[in-house]
Amino acid sequence: MLSIDRDNLFLRELDINCSEMRGLMQPLLIDLLSEDVIELDVGVADWEEAVQFGGRLLEKKGLIDHRYIDAMINTVKELGAYIVIAPGIAMPHARPESGAKQIGVSIITLKNPVNFGNKDNDPVKIVISLCAIDHVTHLGVLSELALLLQDRRFLSLLLSSRDKNQILEVIRNGLD
Amino acid sequence: MKVITVCGMGLGTSLILLMEVQSIAAKHGFDVSGEATDLGSALGRKCDFFVASSEIASQLASKNALIVGIKNIIDKNEIENKIVPVMQAIADKRGE
Repeated sequence: MLSIDRDNLFLRELDINCSEMRGLMQPLLIDLLSEDVIELDVGVADWEEAVQFGGRLLEKKGLIDHRYIDAMINTVKELGAYIVIAPGIAMPHARPESGAKQIGVSIITLKNPVNFGNKDNDPVKIVISLCAIDHVTHLGVLSELALLLQDRRFLSLLLSSRDKNQILEVIRNGLD
Repeated sequence: MKVITVCGMGLGTSLILLMEVQSIAAKHGFDVSGEATDLGSALGRKCDFFVASSEIASQLASKNALIVGIKNIIDKNEIENKIVPVMQAIADKRGE
């Protein structure tokens, strides 16, 4: 309990007591994204390095404890590569109690594709690391992500861009 | 009818699947209540059908319910093509 910051505790109390408030406390994807959680064209040797890289971005921003990164890797080792949710896209995450302090998202694209062990959707070039503090507060962010990732134009921009601000702009304002 | 979407943790892919399933069900006029859960919790649960990513689906063996495995969980078409016949069959069996 001592390691949970006061903002987090406040959020959890609201979550338990006021379900009407829950809607107000949901962040948008753009609220969670900034230059420091996006890296493009990253070189990694294997899937573990990719997850570590994405996880370290969340850690540096103060959103997770270091052990959360190990938890994300262990999830894949124990449950299989189900986190490769679509061709070329992985979304590593772990349980909140494994060291998540706040909701967060990091986005990295890989210079060279890596295999996670998912026979349908390997190899992976986009790794979106996610940390959540409960089972609901990130719902809006998840559905925004799902929508974005369904847009081929966004995907090809993400894979070809070397400009993080361009990606942020597109997420903020849309593609048109 | 009741659907349970399943993933490793109950807060990532299962939620995405649940949102997609509910929107497809509404589009086709099926009355579906849903829940997102993790693999451990799902094993003992009953529902009309489970939806999970293919990797998770293969770990979820249930004698009582249908398990729909999805390869690409953000592909609405794949999900729609797989779950609409399932929901139709369940609705037909109930004479809905």
